[in-house]
This record gives sequence, structure tokens and C-alpha cells, in this order.
Amino acid sequence: MADTAVEQIRVLVAKPGLDGHDRGAKIVARALRDAGMEVIYTGIRQTPDMIAEAALQEDVHVVALSVLSGAHLELFPRVVDACRQRGITPDNTLFLGGGIIPDEDADALKETGFSAVFGPGAHTGDIAEYVRAHVPELDRS
Amino acid sequence: MLAKDRRALARVLSWVESGDQRGRDMLSALYPRSGRARTIGLTGSPGAGKSTVTNELAKAFRQRGQSVGIVAIDPSSPYTMGAILGDRVRMTELYSDPDVFIRSLASRGALGGLSAATQDVVHVLDAYGKDVILIETVGAGQDEVDIAGAAQTTVLVNTPNMGDEVQTLKAGIMEIADVLAVNKSDLPGADRMVSALKALLSLNPDRGWDPPVVRVVATQGEGTDKLVAACDAHFDELQSSGRLESAELERARQQITALARANVLNQLHTEAGEERLNRLANNVASRVADPHTAAAAWLAGS
Repeated sequence: MADTAVEQIRVLVAKPGLDGHDRGAKIVARALRDAGMEVIYTGIRQTPDMIAEAALQEDVHVVALSVLSGAHLELFPRVVDACRQRGITPDNTLFLGGGIIPDEDADALKETGFSAVFGPGAHTGDIAEYVRAHVPELDRS
Repeated sequence: MLAKDRRALARVLSWVESGDQRGRDMLSALYPRSGRARTIGLTGSPGAGKSTVTNELAKAFRQRGQSVGIVAIDPSSPYTMGAILGDRVRMTELYSDPDVFIRSLASRGALGGLSAATQDVVHVLDAYGKDVILIETVGAGQDEVDIAGAAQTTVLVNTPNMGDEVQTLKAGIMEIADVLAVNKSDLPGADRMVSALKALLSLNPDRGWDPPVVRVVATQGEGTDKLVAACDAHFDELQSSGRLESAELERARQQITALARANVLNQLHTEAGEERLNRLANNVASRVADPHTAAAAWLAGS
């Protein structure tokens, strides 16, 4: 065994808010699994604190959120805040947003700590590639 | 970490899981503080309700004021090593409780229903001060029985209509249960399942403990009290019979053996070792050598 073994990339896929279905989130979860990542899936109707707590306990590299209801500007930053309170910040964790998100909203989300936002037309392969490219830049010490 | 920093605990678990040297140093330092937690394993077929039963047990132990660690294992893909770890979906009501710590693990190629790092993860949670640690296996078929060696008490989660009685006669997973839960027992066929299991158990040789069969409906919380009582009774029996210590010794033996085996394999899989393996594989494939002779030669370094 190597002294510093390669860490498997771990991703939390979560849906904050009251959306009733999670088809898109499941497709992304499946695609990341097929890209060799370990995906912790927590299901629908999660509060920001529940998501942050799961991210903490599972020590994930990536927090990927999906909202379809249009409440992303309200919910996504609250998840980042709940994570920050637990020491999980954009320096040590990638925050990704998904859903039906207009470009101007995506820019606003990036201000709050999201490194990328993927809309309805995004290819799942691009999401996996993005994660693989940016996880090594995180400060995981 | 011992200052109850949950984030530090989470980082240590990652190091331990990936075989990182920092994880091994940490485990050496923490190990003397472990050995106080009660460990309960939950196993059963995919969809039997292991996660929901685990959730119910965790709530019951929390009501008694005991802190709880949960280790939930799901399978890794044999092709990509990716995994979907979905056991948390059934445990969302535990998230807001700071005295419950849930960690999902991927099996990462291990075949016995756990992952290679499961025992180490349990030791760290134990040293951290968890009173009860619940270990949920991957959806198990018939032969994934490692949990019996990893936990003090093994709960097998069954459901009604899981096949005819011949299934209950087969060797393997049916033999390792200390407590049998029949979950979803509000469904038709529950009575038949309970009596089939009891009939099977009546044929068991006397091992000093008769595994009880407990009906539960985990989604409704029905039967949880009886299940907890059955786990407690088993634990009491382990203590009074002295089998708690002998099982701990056996667990230690198994873990040393497994780690030594992994070490030997790692030492063989060097670059030079791979070259020798290729040469030996050629000999075996072309019938110049038989597999047993080649394996002995590989181990001997020739």
C-alpha cells in the first residue's frame, strides 16, 4: 500500500427544498458513478442543515445540488452558508449547482461559492470531467 | 478529534478508509481507546429494509441516551469502482441529531458484504466515544457472511415471501443470525415466514443461544422495541457466557489474518512481481506449469 493512497472522489448529490421529483439528480448520480466516483445520494426534500451535515459526515469532495422549482437563488446560498458553519468551504469542497437556472442567476451563484452551474442541456460526461479536473485543486490537508 | 470535532472525525475516517499513512498512525494512537462500543450488524437481501430497520434501532438507542455510529456499506461497481451510496435516504430523520454519526462506505471490491476498511472505521467511531455502532452490510445474497465476524450481534432482516422453505435450509447467511427480523410483516405471508424460520431454528444444534424471530414493520416503527430487547438479550448472553471475550479474540485473529494477507499481496504486486507474474501466467496458459506450482514459485520470489 502506498504511503499516501489516492483518495476516491466522493460526491454528495442532494436536493434542497420541496421539489417532488429527482429524475435529473438521479441521472447525474448515475453518471458520476459510471465515471468511477462514490456518490452519496440523500433523496428529496432536504434542508440546508441536513445537506451540510451529510457533507460533513461523509467528508465529500463535491456537493452537487439540484433544484427545479426556481428557488435556487434562495436555497443554494443557504446550503453553502450551512456548510461554511461546519468548516466546509469552497476552498476545500467543490459546490456545483444544477437545474433550470438562467445564465444571470448562474453568475450570481458563482459569487456565493459555486464553482459551476449545469443547466438542462449539460452533458453528464462534462460534469464528471469538470469534477475530475477540479477536485485536485482543492485544499484537502 | 477526541474533542468531539465531527469534521476531524470525518477526515480521519477518509484517511483510514483509503489506507493513507496518516490514517494508520491515527488508528494506532486511537486503538487503545476503542473496545467500549457495542456493535450490531444488520444484513439481508437488497430491499429487505436494512436501512429502515437501522434507522429505527438508532432512534431507539438515542432515546436511551446512547450515542450512535452507523456504518452503511453499498456495493462498488466491479467495472468502474464507482458506487451509489443510498442508505442515507432512509435515515434523514437522524441528520439533525449531533449524537448520530453516519458514514457510507463503498465495498471497494471486497466480497463478503463489508469493505476492507469497515473494521478500522468501526474502531475509530468506537474510540471517538460512540456507545452503539450499527453496521449495515451491502444487500447480501447467501454467502456474504463477514458481518458475523465483524459485529457482536448479527441481525438478519428477512421479509415475507422470500422463497420456499428450501431457502431457509441452505447454508450461509441463515446460519449467522443471532436475531431474525421479519420486516414488512404487515404483508401477506408473514405468518408463514415466521413459522418457516422458527422451524429452521428448531433444527439448529444447541449453541447456547436460540435466535429469536421478531416481527417488525420498520416504516411504522412497529416491533422496534421487541427487536432492541432481542439484541439486548443476545448481548447479555454474550457477557454472561464469556463468549463476548472469545468472539473479540476471534475478531482480532481474523483482522490480523486479513491484513497480513493484503500485505503479502501488496508486496507481491511490485513492478518486478508483476513481471514474474506475467512470465508465470504464460507458463500456466501454455501448460508448461500448473497453477499451484506457479503460485508457489511467485510466493518464493522466483
